[in-house]
Amino acid sequence: MGKVSTFTIDGVKCMAGEGSYIVDAARQNNIYIPTLCDVQGVPPKGACRTCTVRVNGKLMTSCTSRVHDGMEIENNVPELNDLRKSIIEMLFVEGNHLCPTCEKSGNCELQALAYRYAITVPRYPFLFPRRNIDFTHPRIIKDHNRCILCKRCIRVIKDKDGKNIFAFLNRGFKTRIYVDPDLAENLTEELAQKAVDICPVGAIIKRGQGFETPIGRRKYDKHPIGSELEE
Amino acid sequence: MEQSVSSILDTYQRDPTQLMDILIDIQSEAGYISDQAIEQAALGLNISKADVEQTRSFYHFFSKKPRGKYSIYLNTSVVACMMGRDTVARTFEHETGIPFNSVTRDGLIGLFETSCIGMSDQEPAAIINDRIFPNLTPFRAKELIRDIKAGKTMDELIVEGFGDGQNSNKDIRAIINNNIRKIGPVLSPDYKPGKVIREILPKMTPGQVIDEVKNSNLRGRGGAGFPTGMKWELCRQTESSEKYIFCNADEGEPGTFKDRVILTERPKLLLEGMVIAAYATGASHGILYMRHEYKYLKKYLENLIQGAHKRKFLGKDIAGIKGFDFDIRIQLGAGSYVCGEESALIESAEGKRGEPRDRPPFPVEKGYLNQPTVVNNVETFCAAVKVLLNGGNWYRSFGTKDSTGTKVLSISGDCRNPGIYEVEWGFSVNDMCEMAGADDLQAVQVGGPSGSLIGPGDFDRILCYADLSTGGSLILFNHTRDLLQDVVLNFTSFFIDESCGSCSTCRIMPVLLRNKLNKILNARGMNSDIVDMVNWAKVLKASRCGLGQTAANPIVSSILNFKHLYDQRIRGGTHYDMGFDLNRAIQEAGTATGRFPLME
Ligand SMILES: Cc1cc2nc3c(=O)[nH]c(=O)nc-3n(C[C@H](O)[C@H](O)[C@H](O)COP(=O)(O)O)c2cc1C
Ligand code: SF4
Ligand code: SF4
Repeated sequence: MGKVSTFTIDGVKCMAGEGSYIVDAARQNNIYIPTLCDVQGVPPKGACRTCTVRVNGKLMTSCTSRVHDGMEIENNVPELNDLRKSIIEMLFVEGNHLCPTCEKSGNCELQALAYRYAITVPRYPFLFPRRNIDFTHPRIIKDHNRCILCKRCIRVIKDKDGKNIFAFLNRGFKTRIYVDPDLAENLTEELAQKAVDICPVGAIIKRGQGFETPIGRRKYDKHPIGSELEE
Repeated sequence: MEQSVSSILDTYQRDPTQLMDILIDIQSEAGYISDQAIEQAALGLNISKADVEQTRSFYHFFSKKPRGKYSIYLNTSVVACMMGRDTVARTFEHETGIPFNSVTRDGLIGLFETSCIGMSDQEPAAIINDRIFPNLTPFRAKELIRDIKAGKTMDELIVEGFGDGQNSNKDIRAIINNNIRKIGPVLSPDYKPGKVIREILPKMTPGQVIDEVKNSNLRGRGGAGFPTGMKWELCRQTESSEKYIFCNADEGEPGTFKDRVILTERPKLLLEGMVIAAYATGASHGILYMRHEYKYLKKYLENLIQGAHKRKFLGKDIAGIKGFDFDIRIQLGAGSYVCGEESALIESAEGKRGEPRDRPPFPVEKGYLNQPTVVNNVETFCAAVKVLLNGGNWYRSFGTKDSTGTKVLSISGDCRNPGIYEVEWGFSVNDMCEMAGADDLQAVQVGGPSGSLIGPGDFDRILCYADLSTGGSLILFNHTRDLLQDVVLNFTSFFIDESCGSCSTCRIMPVLLRNKLNKILNARGMNSDIVDMVNWAKVLKASRCGLGQTAANPIVSSILNFKHLYDQRIRGGTHYDMGFDLNRAIQEAGTATGRFPLME
């Protein structure tokens, strides 16, 4: 490992490799910064804005910004926590999230963050968009109702030649995920599983498979998201 | 088409970073981009269909369905609407028999809407097959449709004379007028093209050029106001064998049109500025990224670039300086405001969606094709030429201490003399209104939708980076205008249409705010809705780029400065919001059955 940077998060002195992203650096110091779109080891995209922290009065996403010596990072403060909560609420009202019937319930990072931030009812009115469910692919089902457009699938899942299988279609509020029909046709079992696993919500699900783990034994049922770092 | 897609791919050496040009050519040749063309492009470029589709679907002027032999794009900007766009639109619909967003059954005419096209001083305006038709009236709209149906060619559709200045140049031939109302030191015609390149650069080191620009205190004219000399220096300091100079001619901020006039009347000044920047930074390639709406200027500019090569202002060993090589190419956009953001501009020029990048790294370190890149506005390059010509001290004698030099303003709306004005920084809004021939104004939008809406109480404020900063757009509104309905709602919709969609905040919040605003406009709003809007808008500050960060400005600045307009529209006295109106909700069922519940 190269040089080490010293910095603080909410006044707590931390150390991490020079040039590491703030989220990763925080994790190494057992500090949790909530994320949705970030995937460790994959180039970040700053899409969900959940990991926003404040440095020198400036907001920045901690998945895309690197630590440097002497940096003073604000993370777990009321204003930022409310910002994050409101982002989670926006993501809920943007789509149609019917948790009780969703295959991902209990393993879903969006739901887990909603619990973490004690969201009962979002402060925003639901938009109830009309979105469809795409069953045209042999191995996966793409449920656009649940997609939070985090781009994880786009960034992580590529075919053997490195081509994109998933992509953004349109822009702005009309943005949705496009699934390349030819490449999805030839998706391997392994890649299909990877796509399902990488999706933080239940927007990519395995065809022909329902619930594997019963409710109560799923990932976030006993241990709230982030708790692994905070205990 | 199969044949031609293949030859288009060959024209661009089957290079996927040229996907924008490839799609622009397919669209203009076939009138649309079919599934088959997408498949063929994907195959030819060795990328997936998903890769082609993500770029294709991002841009307003790319379509998967035919858009008509004559595609009419009518501007929907605030100023267009103020100048009578809606009656023109109804006439187009009436004469063609189709609503907007569709094509006549015979495939002859398509009607579409589009965001501000940079003609605010001559609205309402439309683009028909890449040519601009300004100053439309219902009569003119009728005539156009009649002539199109009669089989007239594009050239025959033009019955007005060509516009002033170079607009009548054989390579442009546009009906557009420049409306230059005030010329200052930058736009001054007293300028010999190439003088700086030939006589001044050979006597200076790149470091000296940067020092002179720094000494002038010149700051970027695209809106953000970053010091130009410092930007060039940062790029110079980044080691790399390839560096790029980008001219940002995307000019998408509604109400701005000064870059269009500079591109028409002072293009040599701009090209010279790019050469100076190349010399200062060590760049060897330049890209002029121009919005698609200005495609009618492309041939003219390309000829000028060729001419500059002939005169050795571009090419190898420019001005006899050994090893100073620089060329310029034009990259067209395809209808997207966010592509004016410098990193989105670069993404777009690489053939991708115009999604801004996470910064740092900034373009001066990692820009086009990951190489150090300087992006400057059209006007910034022009000012840099004058700085080198007359010296930084001379330049600093104009303007104020923190905002030196001049600014070219685009003034439009309710005034007698809309057009271009070059003024010194430090000009007050009052003086500006007087100059443009406007009296009895209700409000001025300074700096386009991302700026602020101010009332007469603020008209003594001055234009400068420290007070009212502006990329140059000033829109004036008299008392007949309904600011909330005609201005704030229009601007908010503009941001919704133009968001790239990659940040959750910018994708969702403006939609929630527009719903609230509509609730108030529909007389169902309450005081808490106004409070909510101000509070909710804060989340936008966490967006990646300026678009999202300022998307609530129309709402927030109008609440700040025109609160009474909101107060007039809300239901006073109520504190509890039922969320919906029961009577209204059951109206239809009640009418059908003839039964209504008994209510107090
Ligand atoms: C949404 C958005 C749109 C922009 N559009 C333009 C534009 O059309 N033209 C421009 O010069 N700068 C535009 N900018 C500013 C550019 O990002 C950049 O700051 C500028 O081109 C730098 O040049 P300058 O330093 O010469 O001003 C835009 C910024 C944002 C956030
Ligand atoms: S499908 Fe899943 S991984 Fe892909 S963008 Fe949507 S939420 Fe993210
Ligand atoms: S702020 Fe809006 S336009 Fe800018 S990157 Fe984010 S989503 Fe795109």
